[in-house]
Amino acid sequence: MSFFVAQLLTGLANAAALFLVAAGLSVIFGVTRVVNFAHGSFYMLGAYLAYSLVTRLGTGLAEFWLAVLLAGLAVGVIGMVVEIVLLRRLYRAPELMHLVATFAVVLIVQDVTLALWGPQDLLGPRPAALEGGIIVLGERVPVYDLVLIVLGPLVLGGLWLLLNRSRWGILVRAATEDREMVGALGIDQKWLFTSVFFLGAFLAGIGGAVQLPREPANLMMDLNIIAEAFVVVVIGGMGSIGGAYLAALIIALLHAFGIVILPEITLVLVFLVMAVVLVARPWGLLGRPEAITSAPAHGVGPEARWQGRWLVPTFAASLAALALLPLATDVYGLQVTTEVLIFALFAVSLQFIIGVGGMISFGHAAYLGLGAYGAALLVHHLDAPMELALVAAPIAAGVGALVFGWLCVRLSGVYLAMLTLAFAQITWSAAFQWYAFTGGDNGILGIWPSPWAADPVIYYYVTLLLSSAAIAALWRARFAPFGYALRAARDSELRAAAVGIDVRHTRWLAFALAGTAAGLGGGLYAFLKGSVFPDVLAIPVSVDGLVMLLLGGVNAVLGPLIGAAAVTGGRIALVAETELWRAVLGAVIVGMVLWFPDGIAGTVRRGFGRGRR
Amino acid sequence: MTRTSIGRLLGGAVAAMLMMVHAAVAEDPIRLGDLNSYTRLPAFTVPYRDGWTLAVEQINAQGGVLGRPLEVISRDDGGRPGDAVTVANELVVRERVVLLFGTLLSNVGLAVADFAQQRRVVFIAAEPLTDAIAWENGNRYTFRLRPGTYVQAAMLAEEAAKLPATRWATVAPNYEYGQSAVAAFRELLSGLRPDVEWVGEQWPALFKIDAGTTVRALDRTRPDAIFNVTFGSDLAQFVREGRDRGLFEERAVVSMLSGEPEWIDPLGAEAPEDWIVTGYPWYALETDGHVAFLEAYRARFDDYPRLGSVVGYATIHSIAAAIEQAGSTETEALIEALRGLEIETPIGPIRYRPADQQSTMGTFVGRLTVQDGMPRMVDWEFRDGADYLPPEEEAAKLRPGG
Repeated sequence: MSFFVAQLLTGLANAAALFLVAAGLSVIFGVTRVVNFAHGSFYMLGAYLAYSLVTRLGTGLAEFWLAVLLAGLAVGVIGMVVEIVLLRRLYRAPELMHLVATFAVVLIVQDVTLALWGPQDLLGPRPAALEGGIIVLGERVPVYDLVLIVLGPLVLGGLWLLLNRSRWGILVRAATEDREMVGALGIDQKWLFTSVFFLGAFLAGIGGAVQLPREPANLMMDLNIIAEAFVVVVIGGMGSIGGAYLAALIIALLHAFGIVILPEITLVLVFLVMAVVLVARPWGLLGRPEAITSAPAHGVGPEARWQGRWLVPTFAASLAALALLPLATDVYGLQVTTEVLIFALFAVSLQFIIGVGGMISFGHAAYLGLGAYGAALLVHHLDAPMELALVAAPIAAGVGALVFGWLCVRLSGVYLAMLTLAFAQITWSAAFQWYAFTGGDNGILGIWPSPWAADPVIYYYVTLLLSSAAIAALWRARFAPFGYALRAARDSELRAAAVGIDVRHTRWLAFALAGTAAGLGGGLYAFLKGSVFPDVLAIPVSVDGLVMLLLGGVNAVLGPLIGAAAVTGGRIALVAETELWRAVLGAVIVGMVLWFPDGIAGTVRRGFGRGRR
Repeated sequence: MTRTSIGRLLGGAVAAMLMMVHAAVAEDPIRLGDLNSYTRLPAFTVPYRDGWTLAVEQINAQGGVLGRPLEVISRDDGGRPGDAVTVANELVVRERVVLLFGTLLSNVGLAVADFAQQRRVVFIAAEPLTDAIAWENGNRYTFRLRPGTYVQAAMLAEEAAKLPATRWATVAPNYEYGQSAVAAFRELLSGLRPDVEWVGEQWPALFKIDAGTTVRALDRTRPDAIFNVTFGSDLAQFVREGRDRGLFEERAVVSMLSGEPEWIDPLGAEAPEDWIVTGYPWYALETDGHVAFLEAYRARFDDYPRLGSVVGYATIHSIAAAIEQAGSTETEALIEALRGLEIETPIGPIRYRPADQQSTMGTFVGRLTVQDGMPRMVDWEFRDGADYLPPEEEAAKLRPGG
């Protein structure tokens, strides 16, 4: 009994820390509809700033709380700057832009933090008054845990008062309900949004600062917290503060008691819960369902036409040039190009879901990874030859996409995106923790091509042939009646349904088709690298795919190809040149988002159009 | 001008030209390819880089190897195995390095080792701890310097067996390093002490420990002693929460790597007392080799060395000795030279065993304490890796790849 009470108290303390971060994320999303990936960076900055402040101000109780408050305020100001410089220009852009732009902030903040505070973990001193524990029912409970347990509801109450009893709160709630109406009533939305961002970042900063007595400030805090914060926001209902508290409690208690019963599967547990909630109650426990509107749901923009005159010759010319490439470059150049081709297929398949289908996927890495693992497991456990494994890869990913897609297409918008993320994380956890079958993080080694294809030149041609065939097939589907039906569903779900298109079924098939194509890419990737590791399923790979779409152009037919070449080739070149490659990549993304939102291909096309007129 | 003087002049010119050619060859550096997780884990890889930088500078100041200076082409592997393979490929194809060395994360090391076998290039896995790299997945192109998980577990199990404790609990990050460390420790300790009972195990996710609940769950099993494998930010949280909840009171703790400055120094004065650990007491090791290394390191970087610095330094000396002995930079000659190679490192002599291409580098076992606000190891003793590795015939059997 006393154990359960003590474990409950620990869970409550953890819930408070998680709640602070998730509440900020939820407030920001509720009002501005921005999925803020950089929220984890705000949290990390809060911890680092608190460290610097505490070590300067001293470790008395008052000084500690002053440091926490100042750190929160400073992070709030940083959040405001990010909003004014970057996000303010993006509110009308699709969610994809928000995600990619805020991810660029993550990259930049990582390098800046490393430069300012150095690489070592910083264990903050803590006030003497908050050390040690007191006995509760025979178990010792740390004083600081009790402080956090009180802090959670205090912040919750404060937020409730702020949102329900102040004029500013009324405006925020009004904007959460109906942004246009608030604007029509003459409220300056710009500053309303900026102030909301300040509040959200302030809460994240406080969340990071109060973590300091428990966890050293370290460079992995940002990505560690963000996935969990997303889970909390989604389970609680986006925009719902009370929901965030409830969900933080559920997650923290799940951890606290899950660890006793099943210590090995804690990673997968939270994402399973999130998937279940999303399937059963997509708008979260305390959220409200979004009304279906007849407006284009996600503002993906006008559709590229088949461009019959140019596309086929361009594609043919590029293929010819690529076929001749082995004459012009060495083995290394060929292998980099092979990787680019694989990611081109990956990006085209992602574009099929996002650009054509209007379904935002945050978890496309799942299908690349399922393909890679499908192929590698066959080779590893059954000694299958490369040819068979390359047939199995798209099948494995296609089956996975059929299962996950069946659940995903029931949702739309951000909820769909979050469900794809949950499935990708579940797949990742399985690869990471099912040691006996997948080799865990030691991966599967020795996945090299069959002898006839072992020469990098031959393997290059194999990849060129398979990925260009798959890309051509996806394009064919895109401009076939099936693709038109998919686009109709994207642009107006209601009207598409009215003319007799089975929207859900069409989307489901599109999801499976894209997953299959990505799986082929995964199989090719496994044999290119000679090994498979859980990384291939991880969030950064999914984000890479989104960045490729963004850089190339979400709608341009050739966009993903250009984006894949720019991101894959660019990163490989940058890594060889500078250790600040993350900051450089982040800055490039920010520049693209701000000045060339149509991507490289879109910008070029627009330039041509203008020239001809 | 007489015939002889023309001849002499020509001869002189030819000789001068030959000398110039020779000088050019002599200055043509031997290119070595390094890759490590410099952006993902800078706290542990930057001291390593400082270590090899020092070794390269010292060797070049003394005229290099085979009359040629060493040049290291260093790359970031981003902590991702897939990217590491791309980087390794670039080093081999574009930079034309004669061999590869480096890596810290076990999975990155394994991916590069497999690549080395495929491309027939020597790879010195400097830091990865997984024993798969020397045994299950070992190959004839890969050599590993640092003592692996098994050796470290064996040294700690020997100490643990001397304790009166019979009820043991384990806590380790839930990934390959943690799992294999616990498996080895359990097997070895149970072998030494059949009366030992394993009463609890916790597997927090790597760098995501939920310290409070983990501590409580461990405490609940009422163990006499705890075997810890967590490190980095997980370790700091585990220590704080464990102390607040009294987990370590009247309990022995045996902890892997926790005496290495890179892992324990961030804890400062809060480092736990009396834990039995493996580590590196740079502040107290007064052998001649180490004192010289320590002074040179401090003079060059204005910082004290971490274990990674010793590893980086010893890696370059292994490579230099192998090239010197092989008399060339050809892969097969290097493999021959590396098998059975013996060199001096700042912490003692090592030998690369021909059977499993694992070096006999050892480590220090001692007890943690805090002196002047910094964690220190006391009562430490150097343990030679050769005494804890399985015999060579047995190790050879562990390598299906030969």
